[in-house]
Amino acid sequence: MTAAYSLPQDISPSFITNTASLLRIVALALISAAAIASRLFAVINFESIIHEFDPWFNYRATRVLASNGFYEFWNWFDPTAWYPLGRVVGGTIYPGLMATSGIIYNALHALNLPVDIRNVCVLLAPGFSALTAFSTYLLTKEMKSPSAGLLAAAFIGIVPGYISRSVAGSYDNEAIAIFILMFTFYAWIKALKLGSGFWGAVAALFYGYMVAAWGGYAFITNMIPLHAFVLILMGRYSSRLYVAYSSWYAIGTLASMQVPFVGFQPVRTSEHMAALGIFGLLQLLSFASLIRSHVSSSHFQTILFVSVLALTAVGVGGMGVLTWKGWIAPWTGRFYSLWDTGYAKKYIPIIASVSEHQPTAWPSFFMDLHFLIFLFPAGVILLFRGTPTTTVLPSGQITTETKIRDEHVFVIVYAVMASYFAGVMVRLMLTLTPVVCVCAAVGVSELLDVYLDPSEPEVGGEGKDGEESDAASTGSGGVTATSGAPSATATATGVASPSLGKKSAKKEKAAAAAAAANSSTGIVALDSLVSTLHPPTRTKPGIWGLDTRLTILLNTTALLLFFVLHCTYVTSSAYSSPSVVLASQNPDGSQHIIDDFREAYYWLRMNTGEGDVVMSWWDYGYQIAGMADRPTLVDNNTWNNTHIATVGKAMSSPEEIAYPILRKHDVSYVLIIFGGLIGYSGDDINKFLWMVRIAQGVWPDEIQEPNYFTPQGEYKVDAGASKAMRESLMYKMSYYRFHELFGGGQVMDRVRGQQLPSVGPTLDVLGTFPSFSPPLTLLTFGCVDEAFTSENWIVRIYEVKKEDLLGRDLKSASGFAEGKKRKRSKPVSRRRAVVA
Amino acid sequence: MAGPKTSTAATSKSSPAASPSAVQSLWQAYTDTTPSRLKLIDAFLVFLMLSGVMQFVYCILVTNFPFNAFLAGFGSCVGQFVLTASLRMQVNPENKVEFKEVSPERAFADFALGSIVLHFFVFNFLG
Repeated sequence: MTAAYSLPQDISPSFITNTASLLRIVALALISAAAIASRLFAVINFESIIHEFDPWFNYRATRVLASNGFYEFWNWFDPTAWYPLGRVVGGTIYPGLMATSGIIYNALHALNLPVDIRNVCVLLAPGFSALTAFSTYLLTKEMKSPSAGLLAAAFIGIVPGYISRSVAGSYDNEAIAIFILMFTFYAWIKALKLGSGFWGAVAALFYGYMVAAWGGYAFITNMIPLHAFVLILMGRYSSRLYVAYSSWYAIGTLASMQVPFVGFQPVRTSEHMAALGIFGLLQLLSFASLIRSHVSSSHFQTILFVSVLALTAVGVGGMGVLTWKGWIAPWTGRFYSLWDTGYAKKYIPIIASVSEHQPTAWPSFFMDLHFLIFLFPAGVILLFRGTPTTTVLPSGQITTETKIRDEHVFVIVYAVMASYFAGVMVRLMLTLTPVVCVCAAVGVSELLDVYLDPSEPEVGGEGKDGEESDAASTGSGGVTATSGAPSATATATGVASPSLGKKSAKKEKAAAAAAAANSSTGIVALDSLVSTLHPPTRTKPGIWGLDTRLTILLNTTALLLFFVLHCTYVTSSAYSSPSVVLASQNPDGSQHIIDDFREAYYWLRMNTGEGDVVMSWWDYGYQIAGMADRPTLVDNNTWNNTHIATVGKAMSSPEEIAYPILRKHDVSYVLIIFGGLIGYSGDDINKFLWMVRIAQGVWPDEIQEPNYFTPQGEYKVDAGASKAMRESLMYKMSYYRFHELFGGGQVMDRVRGQQLPSVGPTLDVLGTFPSFSPPLTLLTFGCVDEAFTSENWIVRIYEVKKEDLLGRDLKSASGFAEGKKRKRSKPVSRRRAVVA
Repeated sequence: MAGPKTSTAATSKSSPAASPSAVQSLWQAYTDTTPSRLKLIDAFLVFLMLSGVMQFVYCILVTNFPFNAFLAGFGSCVGQFVLTASLRMQVNPENKVEFKEVSPERAFADFALGSIVLHFFVFNFLG
């Protein structure tokens, strides 16, 4: 046995162990620091604020928790959301996130560190990402080795697929959920491996925490049963599986029912039935195996087998009947749309309207995961083969086995399921990312294990013991430290340094082997250990020389470095922009901040009455409630589709129809987002078709989508816009006085890239050529008044007029106020108004 | 929650129809080979099962009105049953190979902890 490079011999095993654990601690600390630091771009570039839409509600709820205490928060009824209806917040949210930051807030205050609750909320996600890295380390350690664990922790610390949902300021449920997810899985694996009720209870407690934190808990609810089921089908049923699963399910289900939002769902809905079914099946199997241990007759065993099969069929059939009869609720639309991918678009437009619910394109896999996505399948395949387990027999022998273990099955099942879901929905990339990191880390560490291991096979030497699970012979042949090798060692160490994990793991393996073998030649044990994993060939071609090793290792190192660069680049450029402020670059490279949202929200906050209801599309509900502190009609918690459709109808109808709706709902202000001036594409005209669709779902007679298209089927806002389009409240509010900005020049909408008729033919033409849009100069309102328009015209706020004092219809009243010419042109409407 | 319990009971019922002697031999083997501690655990298991069946029958025949109370009571029976069954498996000397790292004392501590956690949730859910 020769070595490609020599290793120092005179190191005591305890020194190696200590160094390895020190390196591990340092590596984990650095990984945590990197994970936190790479999430702070938004805070450093802009300021420490809450981003996006949903986090504003979480922040608002957390403020209630921090100022009023937990019981007030638990029973909080919010009369300002969903204005006429109100919202029972305690029963309609997952309180885990708020409770977590409330605990942190109180703990910090108990330590006399008076941190603002906003800063706790902003920095919660980076803090938890460090914990995620740690729990991923733990999970991967169970899969393969601590070195693979460190790689996985490093990957998930900076991978953009996870950063995208956990930058500082992104105070969303996912911020803590992924940590809980990984730790629940770790506890589950641990429980399964040891057959320990303690770890089962820990898994159940973390599962309960997960249920309190995120609606994605259904993923765990179905992953663990699926894993158990696959194990049963593989004939891997064991008492350990029973202990782990039963203790998890019994405690976890009761724990999950404590969350008011979940309530009785774990026994009433189809999403949770897999867990219950597997629970029943495990009881049957354990009972059967108990009987089998007492009776040996094969005849009896067949009967048992048949009865188990029959009872399983009865159970499954029973569940089918229960579902069919309606005692168990069928899949909810959100989950069902994962299977039938066309379902949401057809029946629930509100689900399909969210951009995160679209299928994922290939480039986003690469953008979010870089080279991990290529290593991911390789890692899964390596897991099929299994990773070597080293066990020390009581006799002092070291046995190494390479075969698939129960926890590998888990990761494989997880990988398959998560890949499917991530392909269906962009948002579920988040659940895929951890398993990609784990599998890729297994792949990379396998590669490094092979190419960093110094042993070279002897020609025709140890070819015989290619079988697995051979006991490593101790002390057969020593590696002598040749004096000419220091340079080679130095090179190899230099290559090994990029990832601290590999070195420490190597040393740890060596240490374990050495301690077991009770001799100082630990390296030899390692050599033979590895040579059993990779049966040496009789000839000596291939990877064994230093040059080939260096080629591969340099390549891998370069990939790892590019990964870091890619992650940093994507994080800084794509995922670190608070959507509340828009940033653009001036020609000289300086940053130009567009802060229209807050300008408008603060105008609302300062210049309107406390109880003035603001109507906007549901996207902005949380932000209005959070920043402007005004009641809203609808918000991002889309629990009442009809109410949203009402707003959609008001926005997409002419003024005569919209005004009664506004009045009936006590609306004082209408807020819209308009990006036509500076090219902000996420504005309400681009969302308008969804408003129409959602309204059409409820009032198919009054609102029809085709009416908003040109006869050619185009969606236009220019002179060719359809009648329904140009008469809709949304169109008028968006383009009201827009032409004045251009001083008689061409009026361009910079989002749609269409030219609007600024000075068109006047009134007569309106009647003669109905396909012509009214010129913008003639856009007037009967029912609303412009109250505020932000600096870049992004947010426009209109005030709803009160009823006319003379009892006229508002249109004719405003026509009268504007002058005779207008009034005379519409005598019919006036007369009707007077009659009315 | 009804699945596991009723079906376990049904398994033992379905076998006598097949061969009465097999049940006798099973009972014989059970009484002969099982240590008395495990028999004690089994007695507790039977008690839990009967209690769960009674609650379930009450729920079916009379009312399930405070549904959370039913779920809490029934869940405590089922949960305690499976935790005790887990304990039985862990302390069974025949399973020593499976549970290398769980000593009987450790198994009992796990059982106690699991039961405490379970009953905390049960009492919280009773309402």
